[in-house]
Amino acid sequence: MRYLLQRILFYVFTAWAAITINFFIPRMIPGDPVKSLLARFQGQMSTDAIDSLYVLFGLDKDASIWSQYLDYWKQLFHGDLGLSFTAFPASVSQVISDALPWTVALVGITTIISFLLGTGLGVLAGWRRGSWIDGLLPTTTFLSSVPYFWLGLLAIYLLAGPDSFFPSSGGYEPGLVPAWDQYFIPSAIQHSLLPALTILISSVSGWILSMRNMMVTVAAEDYITVAHAKGLSERRVALGYAARNALLPNVSGFALSLGFIVGGTLLVEIVFSYPGLGFLLFRAVGAKDYPLMQGIFLVITISVLVANLIADIAYLMLDPRTRKEG
Amino acid sequence: MSGEPVLEIKNLNVDYGLGDQAVRAVRDVNLTLHRGEVLGLAGESGSGKSTLAYGLTRLLAPPGVITGGEVIYHPENAEPYDVLGLDDRGLRKFRWAETAIVFQGAMNSLNPVHKISTQLNDVLEAHEPKMSAHSRTARAREMLKLVGISPDRMDAYPHQLSGGMRQRVMIGMALILQPQVVIMDEPTTALDVVMQRQILGQLIELRERLGFSVIFITHDLSLLVEFSNRIAIMYGGRIVEEAQATALYRDSLHPYSAGLLGSFPALRGARRELTGIPGSPPDLKGMPTGCSFHPRCPKAFDPCAGNIPVLGNPDTPDGSARTVACWLHPVKQPVA
Repeated sequence: MRYLLQRILFYVFTAWAAITINFFIPRMIPGDPVKSLLARFQGQMSTDAIDSLYVLFGLDKDASIWSQYLDYWKQLFHGDLGLSFTAFPASVSQVISDALPWTVALVGITTIISFLLGTGLGVLAGWRRGSWIDGLLPTTTFLSSVPYFWLGLLAIYLLAGPDSFFPSSGGYEPGLVPAWDQYFIPSAIQHSLLPALTILISSVSGWILSMRNMMVTVAAEDYITVAHAKGLSERRVALGYAARNALLPNVSGFALSLGFIVGGTLLVEIVFSYPGLGFLLFRAVGAKDYPLMQGIFLVITISVLVANLIADIAYLMLDPRTRKEG
Repeated sequence: MSGEPVLEIKNLNVDYGLGDQAVRAVRDVNLTLHRGEVLGLAGESGSGKSTLAYGLTRLLAPPGVITGGEVIYHPENAEPYDVLGLDDRGLRKFRWAETAIVFQGAMNSLNPVHKISTQLNDVLEAHEPKMSAHSRTARAREMLKLVGISPDRMDAYPHQLSGGMRQRVMIGMALILQPQVVIMDEPTTALDVVMQRQILGQLIELRERLGFSVIFITHDLSLLVEFSNRIAIMYGGRIVEEAQATALYRDSLHPYSAGLLGSFPALRGARRELTGIPGSPPDLKGMPTGCSFHPRCPKAFDPCAGNIPVLGNPDTPDGSARTVACWLHPVKQPVA
């Protein structure tokens, strides 16, 4: 329990540091959003309009960095992440909460499937060495070394097209209204198939390989021989003794990868113009949309920290050696 | 002591690898374990003693292969059968229930992520599925008490126990199904000397109470002289001498046995110089011709390099009770 408390304190400190850095970084980037907005309108704006834009974005006051920093925290505690420059007048929280479900659904579900599938295959491959799964390994390893955005482009080129079942971009059929109904849901699933497949193919082999290698290492341990000598069933030895121990590094890897779900697989979302958080971040950076960038970074930071905490807790539950007495 | 046999090893051969690459680690071993006795198996590292133990329980990890022989097990009230001929199910039932093993790695023999109770329970669940959960727990507690561990350690994890306690738990686990045979593969190697004696003393006491037979494997001949009834000496995968513990200690026939005995201080009697054995164990890939010990043997003479001596009863007064494979001691009657 004390250990967990220490970890939580550590994460609170890290969160503070991350949020602070998050505050400073956009302010160090040269240029300001009004100028970039001007550039978008190619200077066809009156001085009055420009001035009112500065007022609107709160860039007119010559506030010190320190008071800006305090304001930033104050707003944060009210859940107010400010207004988005690009999606004006929508608030940042609004824009993010529109994009978040897409990313969480797509990348989240594929990450979980990939972990379960890869770990399962890895257990089999490691336990029965020389089986057909071992023959599969070079292929999956090759596919995982291909950058996944390129895999995505390839998938679009080969599988998607005007007459194809697979749409090449977007999260759903244009013209549909997002809702839980029989028109929208199938369309959303159809649009997610290709990006999901791309992510799955490029990530599954990592799980297979690490699980297989851990299984092979653990299978040489004395307690596995003892388990055999005890006359336990093959299943019990493979799962209760070998896989149970081999799983530990994979579980922490999985918990960490949960944190990166929210960041989205940026490039996949860009390639497929998927309306998720990664794509949003890409556009925010392009438009110098500080509040939006900060908001997204904040969400990513917090989710990575939460995932780390989950990894710690999972380890505590799975490995008695990490638990301290008392 | 020399009652009926409980385990008979006949012409057992074990190879590592296949085909031309194969290395023979156990050669034509004949050995009989009698009911209730402690049979010591001694030899240097690489002499094949552990391979023999793994072979007769069929726990050899690849590339180990049993290439010939029989291991006849005599159950208490049933017909004897060949362990090497058992199918997977039969083998699983045989393991632990009839022959349990205590391994040399005291520190790593227990699964680090399961409680002691779970690991004891596992055995009972696999072998006596009809037993109720309550009586399983009772049995596990009883076993821990038997080996001198407080039953309230049931819910401890292996890392919370000392090395000695872990090995006690392993011994308790080995006895939980009341097997006829317990194989001890250097059970105390990882422990300090005090703990070694404590555990072995306890083991002998338990053996007297429960009546199982023990195959005790070690390179520490002094331990065997003290704790075992009979001792077999292995060299280069063969048994080179086998005799009653006291007979072997007082009057070893094979120069290798003499060499092993000369490598540790005597407990009583006059002080003598420790000699040791010159040279190193043979390379299994290129075994010397004839007697494999002859390049290191101080008493080697003409026939040693050319012909392999057979194991048999020597021409001595107590010859019918012991066997040796050495040209110095002409064999009256070879072992089948």
